[in-house]
Amino acid sequence: MISKKVANVTDALQGVQDHMTLMLGGFGLCGIPENAIAELVRIGVKGITCISNNAGVDDFGLGLLLQKHQIKKMVSSYVGENDEFERQMLSGELDVELIPQGTLAERCRAAQAGFPAIYTPAGYGTEVAEGKEVREFDGKMHVLEYAFKADFAFVKAWKGDEAGNLIFKGTARNFNPNMCGAAKITVAEVEELVPLGTLDPNQIHIPGIFVQRIFQGETYEKRIEQRTVRQRN
Amino acid sequence: MLDKNGIAKRIAKEVKDGYYVNLGIGIPTLVANFVREDIDVEFQSENGVLGMGPFPFEGEEDADLINAGKQTITTLPGASFFDSAMSFSMIRGQHVDLTILGAMEVAENGDIANWKIPGKMVKGMGGAMDLVASADNIIVAMMHTNKRGESKLLKKCSLPLTGVGCVKKVVTNLAVLEITDNGFKLLERAPGVSVDEIKIATEGELIIEGIIPEMLL
Repeated sequence: MISKKVANVTDALQGVQDHMTLMLGGFGLCGIPENAIAELVRIGVKGITCISNNAGVDDFGLGLLLQKHQIKKMVSSYVGENDEFERQMLSGELDVELIPQGTLAERCRAAQAGFPAIYTPAGYGTEVAEGKEVREFDGKMHVLEYAFKADFAFVKAWKGDEAGNLIFKGTARNFNPNMCGAAKITVAEVEELVPLGTLDPNQIHIPGIFVQRIFQGETYEKRIEQRTVRQRN
Repeated sequence: MLDKNGIAKRIAKEVKDGYYVNLGIGIPTLVANFVREDIDVEFQSENGVLGMGPFPFEGEEDADLINAGKQTITTLPGASFFDSAMSFSMIRGQHVDLTILGAMEVAENGDIANWKIPGKMVKGMGGAMDLVASADNIIVAMMHTNKRGESKLLKKCSLPLTGVGCVKKVVTNLAVLEITDNGFKLLERAPGVSVDEIKIATEGELIIEGIIPEMLL
């Protein structure tokens, strides 16, 4: 077994520097790497580019990094629900690249899988395709989209082991598996770091080969963005 | 004239036994409430769940279980979870049978605009561009006119496009229309709405052939 275990979040983020490109898993506030984000705020790296589906809310998730003006550019598919984000974007302080959600996922996966680029029909004929190479396959137009190049990927899983194997829970899975191995260094934080041999190899979602560092997060708030319920009769 | 629930109720009749369906945010979400109970349908949410169920009972919300609108949900027996790349493999790979989404504008050639108003805050397209570029069967649910009373069924979209030539059917508060090579073909009128009212509210080419029946809800 090749151990990926690091003692804590500080060790896990060794080497993160100003102006790096970081991938962060999560959809809304679901499945975000809370501990890594808190540490990014603490070490105060600046000028970072974040590849993440969303930008958090004002006081949680990537919103915490926005508050401290640490983000130079966001690459996302949807960025609502964040006033500070809007302010920085409109003032020109923050650069924003909006791309289709499936393209975002596939550009991560392409980087993970060693494909330099992919063709997708998404965005053809729209401003998203402006300046991009297009090509017809079977009578349908497609846009060439490049694999991401990132320095670090921060992902969050439910359970993991010292070998870096990961299991995700519910819809907290989202972009996390696609970002594993898609950056130079993948840092996985887990709710529960279980003893080696505990996880059933049949049930592993991401094999440890895609993960360079793993640690158990200290706490998880797991904030709910839209609490919707139905009444009991 | 229909309200939002009425539009959802009419669209629910387009959902057939054995369909996998992706519902957008807004009116499309309401469609799930009106699907016949004697057919088997599975709802896909692009953040990574197939077999979505109703909202949870109070106290049973799970932060790790949400839909694409970030609302807490439940799953039904037979449900599955997957990552975002696989979710869009279902969509791009045309494994989802029906996509229902909202729109700001639809053009007579099937173009759709629903993600950006220049000069206003832009929130992003989310999964909409992937959905409209790939799905074979797209129904748009929307009001026939905007708040200023202007038609949303146009000759040409004025807003930045989400996708080109992709919409097949539009269900509004006034009518059901099919997109054909020659424009919007009027299929049905909403209860109490006349063909003339629909004509006035439609800027794009409107094709009226024979007697237009009133919708059955």
